[in-house]
Amino acid sequence: MKSISAITVVLILMLPIPWLVQSEFFLNFAIMLLFSAFLGQAWNVLGGYGGQFSFGHAAFFGTGAYATAVLQTAFGINPWVGFVLAGLAGAGIGLVVGFLSFRFGLKGAYFALVTLAVAEVLRILANTADFTGAGVGILIPLDQGAANLQFADKTGFYLLALALVALGLFITAHLDNSRFGARLMAVRENEDAARASGVNVFEIKLRAIALSSSLAGLAGAFYTQYFLYLDPTIAYGPTVSIEAILVPIIGGTGTLFGPLLGAAALHTISEITQHVAADAPGLNLVVYGVLLVFMVSFLPSGLWGLATRLRRRKMDLSN
Amino acid sequence: MPDLELLVPSAINGLTTGAVYAVIALGLTLIYGVLHIINFAHGSLLMLAMYGVFFLHSLFGIDPYVAIPIMVPAMFGLGYGLQRGVIGRASHGKDENILLVTLGLAIVIDNLALYLWRSDTRIIDTPYAFATFEFGPVLVSTPKVIAFFAAVAIATLFWLLMTRTDLGKAIRAVAKEKTGAQLVGINVDHVYAMSFGLGIACLGAAACLLLPTFYVSPQVGSAFVLIAFTVVVLGGMGSFMGAVLGGLIIGVTESLGGLYLGESLGQIGIFVLFILVLLFRPTGLMGQQS
Repeated sequence: MKSISAITVVLILMLPIPWLVQSEFFLNFAIMLLFSAFLGQAWNVLGGYGGQFSFGHAAFFGTGAYATAVLQTAFGINPWVGFVLAGLAGAGIGLVVGFLSFRFGLKGAYFALVTLAVAEVLRILANTADFTGAGVGILIPLDQGAANLQFADKTGFYLLALALVALGLFITAHLDNSRFGARLMAVRENEDAARASGVNVFEIKLRAIALSSSLAGLAGAFYTQYFLYLDPTIAYGPTVSIEAILVPIIGGTGTLFGPLLGAAALHTISEITQHVAADAPGLNLVVYGVLLVFMVSFLPSGLWGLATRLRRRKMDLSN
Repeated sequence: MPDLELLVPSAINGLTTGAVYAVIALGLTLIYGVLHIINFAHGSLLMLAMYGVFFLHSLFGIDPYVAIPIMVPAMFGLGYGLQRGVIGRASHGKDENILLVTLGLAIVIDNLALYLWRSDTRIIDTPYAFATFEFGPVLVSTPKVIAFFAAVAIATLFWLLMTRTDLGKAIRAVAKEKTGAQLVGINVDHVYAMSFGLGIACLGAAACLLLPTFYVSPQVGSAFVLIAFTVVVLGGMGSFMGAVLGGLIIGVTESLGGLYLGESLGQIGIFVLFILVLLFRPTGLMGQQS
């Protein structure tokens, strides 16, 4: 209950931002921040709460993105419907990957490798198949209007992104407070002990990857509608997979607000580097890599963990 | 379709490429066998070594084969330093952490290379790059044959090092039983760093063998990294014989796949093989049941 009221407060504080800040630049920044946070929340369900580290969340993201794009360009299906189907498509790929890997007991580095390879296979397939526009990519025809999920001004996209993050927050809060979440964390902490206490490890992991990958699929659909362009490198390339890992790790894996906090920190830092280093290619990702090594080395529990530790210390001192 | 005139040269070509894959995979499998981690920065470090060879040639006119005694110790030193200075420190004894740290290192190295050297692909010009000789009815590329025999020599040296020297004994002891090794006075941190260094030194040699016929670009590492993983997984994690065998199998698969399915789909063959092996026989061909 405490977490529900905390989420409500955060959402109410974030809701009026587009009306308070008129700058197009800042609004774009805020939208990309929320997008990253949502992607991180998707990874956090499986990686943070389930302890199954995926290095290829782009496989789910890209499938959702292509589902929306192909359905509307080739079949004229409304992108709002496409949005829901994108979540299902992401979950579908996730279930296949999960069924195969977890069934054979793959975990740790092996699971990371499988997800990485699946994303790479999908990238090559998207690069050769005709219906994905091959290497050229897909351009969604411009047809503005809320009914087509192409908002004329950025406020609409901001609200949609905020709604997605809200969904992510409520799902994460549910993990914190439900039996399913407790079982998932038990699997993360000690799989054998969880199994011995009667947890169906395979089923729990499968549910976690389905949830995680459907959220990643939704993130992909959002990306498609926001940029109206998609190619195999954007959809299945390593950048999305890295961002999905980095955001929760910076913020704190397996925590409610970790991904949101991580996305805020990551995007602020990345914006600063872009200003300092003008348009040097690759420098932004160098910073991502350094951050990843730094966080794992010095702050393995993330910013949220740091904040909790500081708060606890303060309480200890005042007692 | 089985046209022997195409099939045989293609298979031989695959074997020679596969031998270089085997050298790359030997490094990866040693690191896995001892430290029990998958080095995600393997491809990036190979790319770095390839740039080393490229610059030695273009700035100082040093032939790639002559560069072997320079690149191998240089990469060894880099690997030793990375394990001691970054990876070992950051791990806090958790495997997931090492996974993330090597991933972070890969991102840093790849993109630093992109920043410094742009995404241009570069090649070096050697008089023998296109030299061929007749092997029965088949024409084979001389640098590739040299690479093949050098790879066999490196694998043999590796085997001698592991079985006949004190260092090899210490490495095997740490790989089998870390605490026990520590109790009999083996400096585990040193052995870890030596193993990582040796694994990376293999990349120095592989880079020298690759460059006469292969290009270098900041993304070149990713072309090799999944192949190296596939080789190691196929051969059995931590098995040296498996890495050599796996390298040759993958080399031939890739070459024949490219012949029958075309360049881009031929690559998929490797990934599909990789996923299948991971799913159905994660211990690989030569790996022990854990």
